[in-house]
Amino acid sequence: MDFYCSGDASTLKDFDYTAPTSVEAVTALLSEHGDRARLLAGGTDIIVQIREGLRDADLVIDIKKIPALMTLDYSADSGLSLGSGVPCYQVYEHEDVAAAYAALADSTRIIGGWQIQSRASVGGNLCNSSPAADTIPALIALNATCQIAGPDGQREVPVADFCTAPGRNLLAEGELLVSLQLPATSAQSGSAYERFIPRNEMDIAVAGAASWVQLDEQGTTIEAARIALAAVAPTPVVADEAAAWLVGKEASEENYAEAGNLARSVANPIDDMRGTAEYRVHLVGVLVKRTLARAVARARGE
Amino acid sequence: MSTSTNGKYRVLGTRPRRHDGTDKVTGKAVYSNDVQLPGLLAGFVLRSPHAHARIISIDTSEAEATAGVHAVVTGKDFPNVANKIADLGEGSINLSNLSDNVMAKTKVLYKGHPVAAVAAVDVHVAEEAAGKIKVEYEKLDSVTWVLDAMKDDAPLLHEDVFTDHMGEKDETPSNTPTHLHFEKGNIEEGFAQADVVIEREFRTATVHQGYIEPHSSTADWNENGRLHVWTSTQGAFTARQQTAEILQIPISKVVVTPCEIGGGFGGKIAVYGEPVAAILSKLSGRPVKIQMTRAEVFESTGPTPGSFMRVKMGATSDGTLVAGEAWLAYDAGAYPGGMIGPGCMCVFSCYDIEHAVVDGYDVCLNKPHTKAYRAPGATQVAFAAEQVVDEIAEQLGICKLKIRQLNAASEGTRRVDGPVYPPVGFVECLAAAEASDHWNTPLEGENVGRGIAAGFWFGCGLKSAVSLMVNHDGTVNLTEGSPDIGGTRTSIAMQLAEVLGIEAADVVPRVADTDSVGYTDVTGGSRVTFATGLAAYEAGIDLQTQMKKRAAGLWECAEDDISIDQGTFSAGEKKAGFKELAQELFKEGEPLVARASVAPDCATNSFGLHLVDLKVDPETGKATILRYTAIQDAGKAIHPSYVEGQMQGGAVQGIGWALNEEYFYGDDDTMDNASFLDYRIPTMLDVPMIDTIIVEVANPDHPYGVRGVGETPIVPPPGAIANAMAVAAGTRIYELPMSPPKVWKAMTDNS
Amino acid sequence: MAAKNQIATTINGEPVDFLCKPRESLLEILRGNLGMTGAKEGCNNGNCGACTVLIDGLPVNSCLVLGVEVEGVEITTVEGIADASQLDPIQDCFVEGAALQCGICTPGFIVTTRALLDKKPDADEQTIRFDLSGNLCRCTGYDKIVRAIQHVASESKG
Repeated sequence: MDFYCSGDASTLKDFDYTAPTSVEAVTALLSEHGDRARLLAGGTDIIVQIREGLRDADLVIDIKKIPALMTLDYSADSGLSLGSGVPCYQVYEHEDVAAAYAALADSTRIIGGWQIQSRASVGGNLCNSSPAADTIPALIALNATCQIAGPDGQREVPVADFCTAPGRNLLAEGELLVSLQLPATSAQSGSAYERFIPRNEMDIAVAGAASWVQLDEQGTTIEAARIALAAVAPTPVVADEAAAWLVGKEASEENYAEAGNLARSVANPIDDMRGTAEYRVHLVGVLVKRTLARAVARARGE
Repeated sequence: MSTSTNGKYRVLGTRPRRHDGTDKVTGKAVYSNDVQLPGLLAGFVLRSPHAHARIISIDTSEAEATAGVHAVVTGKDFPNVANKIADLGEGSINLSNLSDNVMAKTKVLYKGHPVAAVAAVDVHVAEEAAGKIKVEYEKLDSVTWVLDAMKDDAPLLHEDVFTDHMGEKDETPSNTPTHLHFEKGNIEEGFAQADVVIEREFRTATVHQGYIEPHSSTADWNENGRLHVWTSTQGAFTARQQTAEILQIPISKVVVTPCEIGGGFGGKIAVYGEPVAAILSKLSGRPVKIQMTRAEVFESTGPTPGSFMRVKMGATSDGTLVAGEAWLAYDAGAYPGGMIGPGCMCVFSCYDIEHAVVDGYDVCLNKPHTKAYRAPGATQVAFAAEQVVDEIAEQLGICKLKIRQLNAASEGTRRVDGPVYPPVGFVECLAAAEASDHWNTPLEGENVGRGIAAGFWFGCGLKSAVSLMVNHDGTVNLTEGSPDIGGTRTSIAMQLAEVLGIEAADVVPRVADTDSVGYTDVTGGSRVTFATGLAAYEAGIDLQTQMKKRAAGLWECAEDDISIDQGTFSAGEKKAGFKELAQELFKEGEPLVARASVAPDCATNSFGLHLVDLKVDPETGKATILRYTAIQDAGKAIHPSYVEGQMQGGAVQGIGWALNEEYFYGDDDTMDNASFLDYRIPTMLDVPMIDTIIVEVANPDHPYGVRGVGETPIVPPPGAIANAMAVAAGTRIYELPMSPPKVWKAMTDNS
Repeated sequence: MAAKNQIATTINGEPVDFLCKPRESLLEILRGNLGMTGAKEGCNNGNCGACTVLIDGLPVNSCLVLGVEVEGVEITTVEGIADASQLDPIQDCFVEGAALQCGICTPGFIVTTRALLDKKPDADEQTIRFDLSGNLCRCTGYDKIVRAIQHVASESKG
């Protein structure tokens, strides 16, 4: 899967369009058409890809008329249920959601400019399964799970397991992502996402990191942590060793930096025009350090 | 020459609303792709996927048989064009090469080189049909780095290119059509005198003008044999000439309407789609529109040269620059005729250096044919020379502003390529910098740095014609032929208004097609406000001369008794303003019309100096521009807002060139980043406000002192940013762009 | 070959019907079928914002919206910003402040600015730059655009 705009095509190929109103209708269509059918949420990836000839479709299935996929439900007790078609802007504009799931708000706020955020959905970002996707590390760090529906019923899968290769994921034929579930947050926890790009907006991440921390009551010691990375491997990756090392450690700049160093070991990036492997590995350390610091500050309510 | 008694202008220097403003903010203005005609077909161009290949065969039969397709063309449908050079106003081109670039005949020389085109009922059908054209290629080795292309064993693009060394030709073909050589003084003597010598090598990547509007052309080949073209162009007359030559039809058979244009910066002077749409129209009997995609714009139009440069300068211990030597190799792209000439002329153009030698090489390689990008070739050499000057200052412990003041070019300075400067304003720009708030505000903090750099561009004259028609309410229609890319129709109208003593709003400017106005050269070369403005001024004088004669009849006095002061005519007790007199004259006798045409043979020489404060993140190498000030000599700022706009726009383009813009080439020598996603022009979030200081040192060759300002602003930024980066990052970067990975690497290696 | 769909939508307050194939983008529909050429094509893949229109008050890249998706929504284009023959303050400030040079990006900026100021009438410089980073301009260097928008914001405060 080549995520560059190849420029070899310019117009969309002919396809049929349908906008069903139920999940069952979608799974039936997906089972019937296999990979000749593509789902359409915000369109900001799939339309570009069909236009460029990177993905193909005879049938485009618009999921925006299915209430279950377009609903955002949040309560402090039960957490966040985010329909897979809900656009990014609804995440960061929701005050409570943005506060509780700061890493997700961070990532949705910087995907491609306001025009993109008005349409692009977090679920679509996940299903596009680019290794550089901004929301995926945040979802992983926040322990999100995927609610998947298929011809054989429903199943749940951690976001951390969802992507399998660049542009590929574990959705089987006939399956679609219905929603993302993020657990209720606890006191003294915080998260952050940061990416490195050459400009200040509108770029694909050269490297990205999301960190989540749980502090003790005093707010000085890290009780638990999760760290996930973008754009440094064929899929988003989890920095388990670094996160495990942080448990019981003091929430200090020195320790964030050390965790950043440890996180580098899971990075296995390529050289491409967006960055060299060496540079990306270096950036992992920087971004993990910075997101840990911000996550801790948010956990402390600063 | 001033038309007012107290030295102040009435209209010049004010900021009236531009005449086309309302249409542009409401979406009503008609750009090329907005043109709609009955029966319009859409064209799609099939392009080479290879950087270098021979065309063995093309089979268009399946495409032709596709429903909805009305015409298919390939190189064989284009007539043979002689090896003739046409002067395009900014650079010249061999018409045979131009024709070959528009549609390949036997070889493709870059990825994106057109090989065929289809006209169909809509662009989707056209594209799908083009996909059915079978082209057999024989792939050849390719080359995309200028020094590699100069090697003896480099893949040869043209069998008939022999290096011309200032009149003497090599005997073996090569990829280097031109070697320029300029000299002044005695270079050995020069370096012998020097107490400090700095010699550095520089590399710059290919960059694109990045106008937001892709090229679009509509052609209607009429049954009477006349071809009408609507197009996005900086010059309708040059588009007409090129199109007529490529199609081998008389110029009088072609009329070109320049639509409103969405940016050009030098990239919309050569034709691309116009002749193709024309032939498709001729074959189909219907008008045809060809709109480029963004990827096609990047891959198949005219980016500006990448380069390799070696610059060596020497100074005595008091900071006097005594010697300058430059060896420059510039991409020409697929055909001869790149920007090496102006590069040679500009490398030392800001300084009075007694001894200098410049060698410049125009080099063909497998990239699209290079075109002007605002001050073509000057930005690259300024990036080099301004760093060398800074390093000399560092070694001698001299203030970087002072060293430039000490050596500043001024009236009488002779440039290495020969011309001697008339009165110019570089010294004044430097003085303005010294007095500026930016220069006098200390820069504090870690990893920050301040840099300055100078810039120069000639600004040309060339031909312009205008005509005036006086309406009987005393307003004046001004017809001119300079496509308005940045507000020039208003600055031209203002000059007419000034001389006639009326308001800018009383002038109705119109940019006309090639049937309706006298020959006018391109909007480019920083010439429009100067030359077309001069023509408007002279047309105004012509009008006043006629009105004086008619007034003498009306007032029953001698012509010589009538004087004109700030546009008001008076003879003894009799007095009338322009509008009043015009209305009177309309009542009896002929309608009032006037005209002028000019071809000023001079340069307007606009110098500039930019200051930049920059902060670098040592952990990532990313630079943030903290503060930016652009200073430039405008001669006379007719409409200050639009002069400021040129300075700000050029500065931000230069910032992009300095920090992030480049063509990435893959192993197959094709462009990897042909989109605005990965070809990274600055967004609004990437730059601060750009402060401007307009200096006015009158140009003696214009009645209002106007100098062309459009191009100079892109020259200093990469040099200024490099000089700031040197302080902020603690190390110098000699490559463009100075992108984060490079800066980080340089800082890491240095520490 | 897909059949054409009939779509009923609202554009600039007026009900509009059109026929389109699924593969035609909203940008193509506006500029082609409906003759509304205010929205411009700059890149056709969501990177430049020249095609920006509002859908239910939100700025979107119309090159990335299919015509078939806009059934029942409210679209605002640059043609709908002015009030009859009276320029909107945003348009007026752009002209007055020389916030355009070639003008090709201007419709996109005007529309996005409308949405911005409706939502954040007190937007400061950083907010303006952040929220409008999806609109590219190559001519102005953005300085006068930002100032024009700041001017509108401060004028409307009264």
